[in-house]
Amino acid sequence: MKYYRSHVLVCVDPECLKKGAHDVMDAFQDELVAQGLIDEVQVLETSRIGGCDHGPELMVYPEGVHYTNLTPDDMPFLVEEHFLKGRIAQKFVAEEKAFTDEELSAPTAKEIRVVLRNCGKIDPENIEDYIAEDGYQALGKVLTENTPEQVIETVLNSGLKGRGGAGFPTGKKWEFCRASKETPKYVICNADEGDPGAFMNRRVLEGDPHSVIEGMIIAAYAIGSNQGYVYCRAEYPIAVKTLRIAINQARSMGLLGKNILGSGFDFDLEVRMGAGAFVCGEETALMASIEGNRGEPRPRPPFPAVKGLFAKPSNINNVETYANIPQIILRGADWYASMGTEKSKGTKTFALAGDVKHTGLIEIPFGLTLREIVYDVGGGIKDDKKFKAVQTGGPMGGCLPEAYLDLPVDYEAITKAGSIMGSGGLVIMDEDTCMVDIARFFMDFTQDESCGKCTPCRVGTRRILEILERICAGKGKPDDIETLEYLCAQIREDSLCGLGQGSPNPVVTTLKHFRDEYEAHIFEKRCPAKVCKALIRYEIIDGICTGCTVCARNCPVGAISGERRQTHVIDPDICVRCGICKQVCNFNAIVIN
Amino acid sequence: MAATTTVPKTYPKNEPLGDAGKKAVIDTIIEQYKDLPGATMVVLNELQSAIGFVSTYMQEYVAERLQVPLSRVHGVVSFYSFFTTTPRGKHTVKFCMGTACYVGGTPSLIEKTKQILGVSPGQTTSDGNITFEVCRCVGACSQAPVVVVDEEVHGRVRPNKIPQLLKPMLDEKE
Repeated sequence: MKYYRSHVLVCVDPECLKKGAHDVMDAFQDELVAQGLIDEVQVLETSRIGGCDHGPELMVYPEGVHYTNLTPDDMPFLVEEHFLKGRIAQKFVAEEKAFTDEELSAPTAKEIRVVLRNCGKIDPENIEDYIAEDGYQALGKVLTENTPEQVIETVLNSGLKGRGGAGFPTGKKWEFCRASKETPKYVICNADEGDPGAFMNRRVLEGDPHSVIEGMIIAAYAIGSNQGYVYCRAEYPIAVKTLRIAINQARSMGLLGKNILGSGFDFDLEVRMGAGAFVCGEETALMASIEGNRGEPRPRPPFPAVKGLFAKPSNINNVETYANIPQIILRGADWYASMGTEKSKGTKTFALAGDVKHTGLIEIPFGLTLREIVYDVGGGIKDDKKFKAVQTGGPMGGCLPEAYLDLPVDYEAITKAGSIMGSGGLVIMDEDTCMVDIARFFMDFTQDESCGKCTPCRVGTRRILEILERICAGKGKPDDIETLEYLCAQIREDSLCGLGQGSPNPVVTTLKHFRDEYEAHIFEKRCPAKVCKALIRYEIIDGICTGCTVCARNCPVGAISGERRQTHVIDPDICVRCGICKQVCNFNAIVIN
Repeated sequence: MAATTTVPKTYPKNEPLGDAGKKAVIDTIIEQYKDLPGATMVVLNELQSAIGFVSTYMQEYVAERLQVPLSRVHGVVSFYSFFTTTPRGKHTVKFCMGTACYVGGTPSLIEKTKQILGVSPGQTTSDGNITFEVCRCVGACSQAPVVVVDEEVHGRVRPNKIPQLLKPMLDEKE
C-alpha cells in the first residue's frame, strides 16, 4: 500500500454533488499536481461528513480539519496554505455546528459504536480503508484457526440476537442450519429495511458494506454454504450500488469466490433488489421474492434452516446482525457479552426521528432507559415541548407513553410493555401529535402493504382503517372502541405472518395508553392535539395579523380574504385545513381552535 | 406450452416492443439475466428501470422468453409497487410518507403540489411531464419532510418551497 502524509475525504452525497463537489475535487487535484504534492496527498470520495448544508466540503486527516463552503477557485489558496505551508486555512474551517453529521453525529457519552464504528470514517468504496481498520482479519482468523463449530460456539456465547426485530439467538439459528444435511445451503442478508422511520441498515450498507460482507462469509463458513444473497429494498439505490462495488472489490482480492484466502472454502454473493413491498422483510416472503415470485409469506415450520430459499436449508439474518459478527470474532464473545443486560447482550443501533432535538443514528448498549435515549442522547424534545409518546418497532410496534420512559430498552422489557424492538426505529412524538391519527396512519400503511394472502389481515386491517378514518372525521360511534378491540384480537390471533399478527399493535397500544383521546374524538367530537381536520378550524387573530397577504397567496383553495394591511379572514366552509397558512405566517397570527 | 412464435405482432403506438431500439434493450436484458435462479424479478426490475414501465405486451414477451406462465409474470408485476404498467412522466416527484415525514408535514406539501400540478398523487400531468407520487419511507428521516425529485433528495421542505422545487421541470416543457 502506498504511503501518503495526508488523506483528504471529499463528501459526494447528492446534496454536495449538486453544489459542485466534483468540480471542487477536480480543481483540488489539479492544484495538487501543479504544486507537486499529488504523491503526498490522497484524495478520496466519501459519504456525508458534515451536514451538507455548507457543501462542497472536505475533511483532512490526520489533522481532522473540516473545510466547508468551497469553490474550485479556492483550491490554489487552500492547497498552498494547508498542504504546502502547513497552516490551517481558517476561513474555510467549518463552524463547530457543521461538524455534526445530521444522521450520525459524534457519539454521546452513553453510546458505544460497534456496528457504526466505521460509518463516516472510511471510504465505503475502498476495500483498503476497511482492511486498515482490521477488516477481514476476523475472516482470516476463522478460516485458519477455527472449525465451523467453534465459530458457532463463539457466536452463541456472545449472546447476539437477531437484530431484525424478532431477537432469536443468532448462534442457535446457525446451529440449526449447520445441522441440516441437505445441500446446497444459502446465506441470506435481509436488507429490506421497510419500517418507516428506520434507516440504520441503509447507513451501514452505504458506509461500511464490507463489515456485512465479512459477516456473511463467516456465517457461510459456519453453516457450510457456498452461495449468498443480499436482498435490498429498491428504495435504497445508493446502498445497492455501494454494496455491488464492495462485492466486486472483495472478489478481486480473493475474499469472495473460489478458494478464499487459500483455505479451500468457496463462497460468492449476489445482490437482489426488491420492488417496493414491505412484506418482503418477512423472511419467508423475502425468499419467495428472491425466487422471482410474489412476496407472500408461508407457514413455518418448516423453518428456513430446514427448507428455505429454493427449498434448501438457508440462514437469514439482518444487516446489523452480520455487521456485528467480525467484531465478535476479533474481540471475543466475552467482550460482546459484557455489554448490555442479562438477556440482551451487546449494542443496538436506533434511528431517532420525529420531535427530538438531535435526530439521527445512535448505537447504545442494551439497558439504557428510554428517558436516557430521548433526553441524554437525543437532547430532549424540540422547541422544549412536552414528550407525549415514543413509537418503537415500526408499523408492527407500539406507542409507549411517558409512564414507560424509565423502561430499560432490551428485547424482553419492550415486549413486556406491549410493543416490539423491531429493527430499531424510534419515532419521538410531542404533545402536538394526535394518537388516533397516528394509529390511522399506521393502519393505512399496513392495510396497503398487506399481501392479501390471509383474510384476517387483508380484510381486518381495512375495517380497522375505516373505523379510524371515521373517528378522525368526527363521525365515531359509541361502540367503535369495542369493535376495534375485537378486530385487533382477531387479527393478531388468526394471521399467518408477523406483519398480520403485529398490524393491530399501533391501535392496541394507543387504545391502552391514550384511550382518552379516542373518547374525546368519539364523544366530544374534539381532537385534543388539534390535528384531525374535521375537528378543528383555523382562525386569524385580529391585532396580530399585519395583512401581509402571505397566507392568502399560499392558500391552495382561496379560502383567505382581506385587504392589504387589514386583518385577513379564513372562510371555514372553503378551508381544507391543510395548515399551510399557519406554517407560512411570519407573525404567528393563525391559531387552531 | 405453445411453441414460441416469431410472427411479428403489430403493436400500438408507444409500445416499447414496437420500437427497434427499445426492443434491443429488452432483448439484451432478458438474455443477460434469463438463466439466473429467480430470474423473473431481476428481469422485470431491470426492464422497469430501463424502459420506465412494463406494458402488457412486455409481460407476455417476458413470460414467453423465460418460459414461465404469464399469470406468474403478471402476478409479480401487480404485487410490487415499483412496477408500473403505463408510461411514467419524464420527471417524478415523490413525497416520502414515512412516519417522521408524515409527522413533519408531508400532507401539507402534497396539498400544495396538487394545487400547482393540478393532478393527484399517483397521476401524471396531462402533458406527460411530471409524475406525482407518494412513496414509502426513503430512509432520510433525519431530514424530514423529504421530497425526492427524480433521484435527488430534498430535505426539510416547507410548503412555500414547493413552487421553487417544481419550477425547473415546469419551465422545461416550453
